Amino acid sequence: MIGLEHYLTVAATLFVIGIFGLFLNRKNVIILLMSIELMLLAVNINLVAFSSFLGDLVGQVFTLFVLTVAAAEAAIGLAILVVFFRNRGTIDVEDVNVMKG
Amino acid sequence: MTVFAFYLFAISTITGGLFTVISRQPVHSVLWLILAFLSSAGLFVLLGAEFVAMLLVIVYVGAVMVLFLFVVMMLDVDFAEMKAEMARYMPLGLLFGLIILMQFVMAFGAWDANAAAEGLRAQVTPVDMHNTQALGVILYDEYWLLFQLSGLILLVAMIGAIVLTMRHRTGIKRQDIIGQMMRDPAKAMELKDVKPGQGL
Repeated sequence: MIGLEHYLTVAATLFVIGIFGLFLNRKNVIILLMSIELMLLAVNINLVAFSSFLGDLVGQVFTLFVLTVAAAEAAIGLAILVVFFRNRGTIDVEDVNVMKG
Repeated sequence: MTVFAFYLFAISTITGGLFTVISRQPVHSVLWLILAFLSSAGLFVLLGAEFVAMLLVIVYVGAVMVLFLFVVMMLDVDFAEMKAEMARYMPLGLLFGLIILMQFVMAFGAWDANAAAEGLRAQVTPVDMHNTQALGVILYDEYWLLFQLSGLILLVAMIGAIVLTMRHRTGIKRQDIIGQMMRDPAKAMELKDVKPGQGL
């Protein structure tokens, strides 16, 4: 029988893959954004799994909010990416030092 | 049957995630990520959260991933050059991944569900309605403020994305609305009486 542990294992593996992706694709912002989406998906799997096994519906409600915020973040991130590419002709993160901040 | 479905969805979720990260073409990455999202929607269905599963398919695969595909195809980037750096960061990434995985394993080994957790539930899942109906009741009764605020977040994101990407190009023909509205019909057209055989 499939228990809570199985779902938590899947979520933990997915989260670690997301972090691995952040390190592996240091230059490519698109893949960085996708890695963040993967980590948020892992969090959602955790929330829904606990919600289901505990019989508490709040986990699913918060999954909805996480989805909303993730969608907004992806839209803004891609918009910034498009503007950056238009100005610099590259999406290399190491070039994001124009402001010397 | 449930066990088989769980392992199918779990393995395809993890495979999709892994190939999202290591694949060479960004378009392939997006497609692998779509696989990961679809199969985790399957996991959600197995958990009895049908509404969230459908939302994941509609919002993520339908909107966000299409946005990613659009951007990947629109930007003309030399991705091969970027991938050359990948081998350099591989050991560091593996190290950090292993450390975090070990932390998860250690936390999980020490973790035990408290018997009192059952009594601390905020919203007990109702047994007499299905998932979508129960979520709607809770969302609109108890969490309406958060619901409105998430709408505000989406509005801000929409306006922000439009403001960021809009640009006013010069040197192209554009509709001059004020000029059109202030145009005087009496001056715009002139009547000429052309006499036969003479012309103007």
